[in-house]
Amino acid sequence: MKFLDALHSQRLFFDGGTGTLLQAQGLKGGELPETWNLLHPERISALHQAYLAAGSNILCTNTFGANALKFPASGEFDLEALVAAGVRLACEARDADPRPDVFVALDLGPTGKLLKPMGDLDFEDAVALYAQVVRIGAAAGADLVLIETMSDSYEAKAAVLAAKENCDLPVVVTTVYGENGKLLTGGTPASTVALLEGLGVDALGVNCGLGPAQMLPIVKQLLEYASVPLVVNPNAGLPHSQGGCTVFDVGPAEFAVHMGAIADLGVQILGGCCGTTPDHIKAAIDVCRDKPFTPAADKGRTLVSSYAQAVEIGRAPVVIGERINPTGKKKFQQALREHNIEYLLNEAFAQEEAGAQVLDVNVGLPEIDEPVLLVEVMEALQAVLPLPLQLDTSDPAAMERAMRRYNGKPMLNSVSGKAESMAALFPLVKKYGGVVVGLALDENGIPPTAEGRVAIARKIRDTAARYGIPQKEIVIDPLTLTISSEPDAAQVTLEAVRRVKEELGLSTILGVSNVSFGLPKRELVNTAFFTLALQNGLDCAILNPNNSPMMGAWRSWQALMGLDGQCGRYIAAYGGQEAPAAPIAAGDGPSLSECVLRGSKEGAAQAAKAALAAGKAPLELVDTVLIPALDHVGQGFEKGTLFLPQLLMSAEAAKAAFEIVQNAMSGEDRPKQGAVVLATVKGDIHDIGKNIVKVLLENYSFEVADLGRDVAPEAIVEAASRPGVKLVGLSALMTTTVVSMEETIRQLRSACPQVKIVVGGAVLTPAYADQIGADCYAKDAMATVRYAKEVYGL
Amino acid sequence: MIHAPQGEVLRYLGYGKHQPEGESAALIDGRVAAVEQAADPRWTVVELPLTLSPDGVALGDWTIQSQKLRAHLEGCTSALLFGATLGIGVDRLIARSAAGKVAQAAVDQAAAAALIEAVCDDACDQLAKQYPGKYLRPRFSPGYGDFPLSAQPELLRRLDAPRKIGLTATDSCLLAPVKSVTAVIGVADTPGKCHAGGCATCSKRNCTFRRDTT
Repeated sequence: MKFLDALHSQRLFFDGGTGTLLQAQGLKGGELPETWNLLHPERISALHQAYLAAGSNILCTNTFGANALKFPASGEFDLEALVAAGVRLACEARDADPRPDVFVALDLGPTGKLLKPMGDLDFEDAVALYAQVVRIGAAAGADLVLIETMSDSYEAKAAVLAAKENCDLPVVVTTVYGENGKLLTGGTPASTVALLEGLGVDALGVNCGLGPAQMLPIVKQLLEYASVPLVVNPNAGLPHSQGGCTVFDVGPAEFAVHMGAIADLGVQILGGCCGTTPDHIKAAIDVCRDKPFTPAADKGRTLVSSYAQAVEIGRAPVVIGERINPTGKKKFQQALREHNIEYLLNEAFAQEEAGAQVLDVNVGLPEIDEPVLLVEVMEALQAVLPLPLQLDTSDPAAMERAMRRYNGKPMLNSVSGKAESMAALFPLVKKYGGVVVGLALDENGIPPTAEGRVAIARKIRDTAARYGIPQKEIVIDPLTLTISSEPDAAQVTLEAVRRVKEELGLSTILGVSNVSFGLPKRELVNTAFFTLALQNGLDCAILNPNNSPMMGAWRSWQALMGLDGQCGRYIAAYGGQEAPAAPIAAGDGPSLSECVLRGSKEGAAQAAKAALAAGKAPLELVDTVLIPALDHVGQGFEKGTLFLPQLLMSAEAAKAAFEIVQNAMSGEDRPKQGAVVLATVKGDIHDIGKNIVKVLLENYSFEVADLGRDVAPEAIVEAASRPGVKLVGLSALMTTTVVSMEETIRQLRSACPQVKIVVGGAVLTPAYADQIGADCYAKDAMATVRYAKEVYGL
Repeated sequence: MIHAPQGEVLRYLGYGKHQPEGESAALIDGRVAAVEQAADPRWTVVELPLTLSPDGVALGDWTIQSQKLRAHLEGCTSALLFGATLGIGVDRLIARSAAGKVAQAAVDQAAAAALIEAVCDDACDQLAKQYPGKYLRPRFSPGYGDFPLSAQPELLRRLDAPRKIGLTATDSCLLAPVKSVTAVIGVADTPGKCHAGGCATCSKRNCTFRRDTT
């Protein structure tokens, strides 16, 4: 019998705990359990036999922690031998069992490292670690791959890709939720289902972390969203520490009662994790064996997700922010070319705060390397922004690189009815998962009638089905044309929105604002059209969330249609708003100097505008007001009369004023005082100190090349070799990373003898700085500014 | 919910005995709340038999060469390996602030540092109750004295910390999530001599954040 046949036709039972039982047999604290596959194979075999005798159908190999990080090539044990032996022991037990429905799961646990950007393991390195074990395990005869105890959805994705790319075995994934119902990295049951089903796993579920009783609410959520069979492998209760040991205290009988309730909910595969024994499994099987089996069914729900949350399409309309897009935006284009990620992040935050639920990400500029930049921007966004993203590119290579590394299940913008377009994108959707926007146009252009656009939508849906992509993953854009050139354009679009939904059962999406192109007061037309489209069943709108009338139309429509319980979201958005304050004229309100001293960003920007409007020359404002105010704050900080938060708030207020001044200088830049290269050294991921130094140096008109954190010496040397650089600032927080600071200094001395080096960071002292060859130890950011002025003779 | 003690937040921000005023006071209050909200504090512990040797200690079958750790555990009957973290949400919060709001990021950083210490103190209070009649010595972390940071990966592995609480080390032995602590805690039958922990044992005497230890 094949595992997949059994999976869809009967209830299956995993085995239970391994680690706790091996400890009972003498596994020591520092000993790696996988070594017993070679050292004590008879004990591993006995464990498998005990679980088979209890009635388990699926044996997990004793390979949970077997990877090249824990068993490096230079180590005592050979990884390949350990994994192969682990699989062989389980296969021998399987083959000795008379039942036809016993299977061996190659067990893959977490790597024990955190993936970038929060840790230092690269996504592709994680894929490679798993791939190695998958190849060994598949060759040794496993029937399926079990990826378990995953508390990071991103690591789970790496493992699934490794499994799918290196064997043909079915893949099952279980993740660990905490009592807050979330993964350690923030994911929810819905976001996890979205990701894993997008990747095409054969079954998914939950294990470890909790006992069966605490798992119930999570299981219920999984059942709501998941279309594949579910696995539930709980601990024997919540772990608690007793005299320095972890203990579990739910016994077999109690465990079985809870497992019975979980089976009654419709869960297809049951088993146990930490603290459970063959007795627990036997008791659970006795309770569940005769309960009716319900095969998994497609829930038909359209989900996109990030590392932290899922957004569902097809219930309430979804707003997709369109602002991360360089088209027609000079400043944005410049930010992209300069890799000014902070600028893009702030565009994202503003849209999130305005209420966007998904953000479109488009970085297409003619002269850039789009595959590289799209991934860079996507990863920077995903480090800090919980909203799912819509990857927007016409370059299939860029789309594939981004889809592969995306943490979650993205939206994809877009495919069209052109054969070439579908052939490029659909295989990627099948492999990596995603909800695809399908444009209602093809080789013959945009059909003038709703009939024609519905026909293309049907073609897109049917072609996707041939790739194995279900129709819930397709969202059709019937396209918005301009009413000023085609009078019936809006009516055709609205009819197509309605019919795509009614006749094909597909969700729809529109970029709304095209409709008013060429007209005055476009907003009036846009909001009316948007409301009409919603009324015709529109599911998603791509728009500027900073445009309040459009967001108002969206919130109002939901309140009117009973989609906003007690108008809660409407009131949250608009309740208690007061009339905006009138702009401050010159002479009114606090002076620019006061605003900088007080650390008021908005005040400083207003006051700078007012001063310029009153005729003050931009550079004069800098020299006579801003710099003296900063000096005053800096001196107060150095004397100990004012403190870091005030210093930084003043720096940010001054920065806001500098931006106003810069804009008033019509293209000219403020004269720069000198160039400084800043970096946190290789191996170190702490960068707050370096960021503080950067802000202050910029305020004093230094041109700062910020190389970021964890920067290799070679990259610092390259930046320091550029003409005009006289100063390099290095930061390191730990004794372990001061070593790479020393190495960086050594390389700088030989390659760029002309530059001075200033260092800072928690463990450094003047003597230590001297010892590693730095020119200056800066105890804080102001000290760095002073040294920079000295180096540049200011 | 465990709170970050305000006095500690201010100490990390360099206020010494001064109090914040006006906009910075409001910023500090707001960010302490944001950090507490983003935190998902977890800790784990494992008790190991302790043997002292001339140049260090053995915790079960793990030998560590460190005179300072040995001195710290002198008179103890066993030792606890301890790990605690605020979780990845706080790292994301700080990274988000760092994108253009450096004052906010600095305050986040201080609030998180104060909060993880408070979480550790609370955990140690709970542990002390599990050892009636015994005395728990102060936490002694890799990086203190001659207890090398390079012990971090092994300590985490023996705690099963990546799996249990999501606490890992980078290749350069830094903890990830960043706002985390690992330590060895001695368990003793006697209160022992007074242990001056933290700042008093640190050799960085010019540190801005040093507590008054005179």
